[in-house]
Amino acid sequence: MSVEPGGEVGGEITKIASEHAAQNGADAAAPSNHVGQAMRRKEDPRLITGRARYVDDITLPGTLWMAFVRSPEANAKIVSIDTSAAQEHPGVHAVFTGPDLTDLAGPLPMAWVPPGIEVNNPEHWPLAREHVRHVGDPVAVVLGVDRYGVVDAAEDVVVEYDALPAVTDPEAALEGPPYVHEQLGTNKVHEWSLPNDRLQAGFDEAEVVIERRVVNHRTAGAPIEPRGVLADYRAGSLTVWSSTQVPHFVRLFLAILLGMSEERVRVIAPEVGGGFGAKLQMTGEEVLAAWCSRKLGQPVKWIETRSENMAVNHQGRDQIAYCRMGAKRDGTITAFHVKIIADLGAYNMLLTPTIPALGAFVMSGVYKIPAVHTDVVGVFTNKCPTDAIRGAGRPEATHMIEVCIDQLAAELDMDLLELRRKNFVPSDAFPAEMATGVIYDSGDYDKSLDKLLEHVDLDAFRREQTELRQQGVYRGIGFSTYTEICGLAPTRVVGPEGFGNQAGFWESALVRVHNTGAVTAYTGASPHGQGHETAFAQIVADKLGVDPSVVEVVHGDTGTGPEGRNTYGSRSLAVGGESLARCAKKVADKARAIVAHQLEAAPEDIELRDGKFSVRGSPDRGMTLAEVAGAAYLNQVPEGMEPGLEETSFWEPENFVFPFGAHACVVDVDAETGKVKVVRYVAVDDCGKAINPMLIEGQVHGGVVHAIGQALYERVHYDESGQLITGTFVDYALPTAAELPSFELDRTETPSPVNSLGVKGVGEAGTIAASAAVTNAVIDAVRPLGVSYMNMPLTPMRVWEAISEAQGRKEGVSA
Amino acid sequence: MIPAEFDYLAPDSLQEAIQALADGGEDAKLLAGGHSLLPLMKLRLATPALLVDLRKVPGLHGIERENGSWRIGAMTTHSELEHSEQLGVVARAAGTIADPQVRNRGTIGGSLAHGDPASDLPAVMLITEGSVTLQGPGGQRVVAANELFQDYMETAIEPTEVLTEVRFPVLEGWGFGYQKFNRRSEDWAMVAVCAVIQQTGDICEDVRVGLTHMGSVPLRATAVEEALRGQSLNAENIAKAAQEAAQGTSPPADLNASEEYKRHLARVLSRRALEEAAGLS
Repeated sequence: MSVEPGGEVGGEITKIASEHAAQNGADAAAPSNHVGQAMRRKEDPRLITGRARYVDDITLPGTLWMAFVRSPEANAKIVSIDTSAAQEHPGVHAVFTGPDLTDLAGPLPMAWVPPGIEVNNPEHWPLAREHVRHVGDPVAVVLGVDRYGVVDAAEDVVVEYDALPAVTDPEAALEGPPYVHEQLGTNKVHEWSLPNDRLQAGFDEAEVVIERRVVNHRTAGAPIEPRGVLADYRAGSLTVWSSTQVPHFVRLFLAILLGMSEERVRVIAPEVGGGFGAKLQMTGEEVLAAWCSRKLGQPVKWIETRSENMAVNHQGRDQIAYCRMGAKRDGTITAFHVKIIADLGAYNMLLTPTIPALGAFVMSGVYKIPAVHTDVVGVFTNKCPTDAIRGAGRPEATHMIEVCIDQLAAELDMDLLELRRKNFVPSDAFPAEMATGVIYDSGDYDKSLDKLLEHVDLDAFRREQTELRQQGVYRGIGFSTYTEICGLAPTRVVGPEGFGNQAGFWESALVRVHNTGAVTAYTGASPHGQGHETAFAQIVADKLGVDPSVVEVVHGDTGTGPEGRNTYGSRSLAVGGESLARCAKKVADKARAIVAHQLEAAPEDIELRDGKFSVRGSPDRGMTLAEVAGAAYLNQVPEGMEPGLEETSFWEPENFVFPFGAHACVVDVDAETGKVKVVRYVAVDDCGKAINPMLIEGQVHGGVVHAIGQALYERVHYDESGQLITGTFVDYALPTAAELPSFELDRTETPSPVNSLGVKGVGEAGTIAASAAVTNAVIDAVRPLGVSYMNMPLTPMRVWEAISEAQGRKEGVSA
Repeated sequence: MIPAEFDYLAPDSLQEAIQALADGGEDAKLLAGGHSLLPLMKLRLATPALLVDLRKVPGLHGIERENGSWRIGAMTTHSELEHSEQLGVVARAAGTIADPQVRNRGTIGGSLAHGDPASDLPAVMLITEGSVTLQGPGGQRVVAANELFQDYMETAIEPTEVLTEVRFPVLEGWGFGYQKFNRRSEDWAMVAVCAVIQQTGDICEDVRVGLTHMGSVPLRATAVEEALRGQSLNAENIAKAAQEAAQGTSPPADLNASEEYKRHLARVLSRRALEEAAGLS
């Protein structure tokens, strides 16, 4: 295949780009129903033709490169650091170590101050002082003119370590010593509970109780673009380009740590090549780049290598949960108790100890369980810190619930879908207050499952399964009926007075109509691949009667949008999108008033129709948005009205939103080798009103792959001495297209009452749902071989060992 | 992910390449497809001072049949092998290497000279009973496959020698099987087994079985071969012979495969490869 411009590939891209232009072009008629259409992504032409601009594409004159010296030890005292040889490398301007950073206002932030409990939060500096606590902990930075030269020089920084025993098993760490932070005299970070005083009564009512140890092992975010930062301090102001999900948070904390006033700091998130939570962070690397730029008077750039990303970009999951589920013989679930031991790694980062607690709010799943109680114990270990990774606490919770439901069904010898249906929160119960205290906004769980079963004929599957077993093929099916909590969120619930996060969780919007009728929409959300520019343009276009192609969505820059709460927790659409919708409506209302004034009609008689603001009943009397803007800027507006056509909104929801759905996975297990192959994956998701079904499918695809990855392939592993074993993409096994079937997707639409758009989030739903479906499928497949339970990752060796052990038990019994 | 500093040469002739190697001494390395060497350099596990790139050297490409043997230029890519079905088990194994991008760049000479026991082609060369041709300052010599691989990533190739071509007999009329086990299709083999069988009726006249990643070098499963040679090729005999597959091996364990699991895999995969080679699967 040719890759020359104008060749086959180049031609195809040109064709796609021109089709794209035609589809979204300004010439096209502008119907007012772009919302709901599978519009192609406005972002894609620049992405697929290599025109996108990432941090690494930005170069400033006089830029110095920054390289890190990182600890090879998991736990050690720093005896000495000799930087003299590194300083002598040609082109090296400076080498800094921990003690040089004396003018930082404080250590790296942890933003959770939960009311009523203590959190051990030892100081965590951008460069280690006296002690390193995990492999990759930064010890020194080298700055110089050449990207390669600084790495060579960093190799010549001589650090003498006094290595100490490391602790990597969180349960052993609770027994301690050794202690990760000696001065604490414990490895416990915190204990937190979402209690329920009916718990004992619930178990007293139960006729059957199952207990399982459910492990959600450690995984990586692994964004295709590693992190990177370019910092430029000059004339009392700081500009930082960072590959981040949260430019506004980075601005705030940089200002605090550097002792600057916040408005003197500008943070820009340019094109960001994936985040998955791993870029929801205030990193030491960002602080160092900014600090070094101020210190040296030159721009400073750091682009993370893949090896660094695997070792030091925060990781996720790593929870061991002791789950107890009680039920009556008829399948009525009476109580669910979960005790989570969360391995938080070596330090608290921005939200580290919060993450395992987030799962507690949906520990009831889609079931009306009268008593649900979650306990969390956070533990330090000599590993990379954990923090938010796609789903952040909710994938773990769903996995616990949905695996336990299947285990309970087996115990009760009950059909696993009948058991689920029996306990579903009924569709007429919404808004539904749960035993966890949260109120599910809307749902229809039977409808999801019914829709799923339109695609999956379970009776036929069971017949096929029996036949295949006779041929030695072990096929299994697994289900996951899930809900999750997203759209962060009401500040009264999650903010300082509630759960204890030190922020408000509104979102900002600004909609500006230009003289030309083109629109610029500013959002405080900060996308990193999801498609906000497309979906948000669709929303704004419909409110203003223009084509989405003339709506430019601007994001991720505190210079153009000083206030924002960014993108995480599947909040962008439900909070940021709604904020933009409300803002656009303000603009439309003003436009109506201007049109009414111009056409001498009553504002309430002006309707938006076929791309025009026209007088009801006289569609030929009307003005396009461009004509309205012309009038607005010529000050041809009603008396007392300001000229111009732009509005601002800040909006915060009254409640979270709760997407839900039903997933099914079919696997084949090679009983001789233990290898699992995903044969079919069917997902029915409900994220409320669909703005762009194609974007939803993209998010579900990625989310499901993420969780299949956890269930079967991906695993961050440290050996007992704290060395990272999975430091490359050879060992950290992300699944590829070759391992996966084509997904079969469908949707139901149950609008959320929480926002006017009726939308929920979908960026994390696939990840939250899928690991349980896969795990349940594998267990279903090998059940006839005597295996009734296994924990992820279901690697070939683990499955083979489980089968061998079960077969050994059988032989033992018969012998 | 940032390699140490190195010099780079792309000579126009084999003689210049050999001379450059001789001049460069121990710190000089040949560059073929680069798909093993460059990742090692990026991780700074290899830090050659000089790379001598073979891409401009003429005469190192192509697949030819000559006097009952295949002669394959060292710079022939895995992709070219994969799409040359007449090469039998070699084509089959080459088609399983990593992913299409790697197969488009990686070469047979580079793979054999690298001597990674987890790579697909070394064990295949053992069972074809092929050889490699080496050119050095003192002339040309031929090394049989079973003498090429000496230890983990150590071969009989001298630092100043260039592997120029690979030869192996055309195994006309032999059946073959290749069973590679990995977690993802792009991964190196956790264990792989290659087998070729020459049969008359259902009698196994001759059989060769090769094991990948069951030791520090690729291995022949001679106990399996002995157990099957001369026997009738039925499922029972094959299964019995395959039980010997792990005999005498000391497979390297890792996070995803214990020694015990690898021995088990060798037995299962041997049976499957032999069934395939005998036309039973």
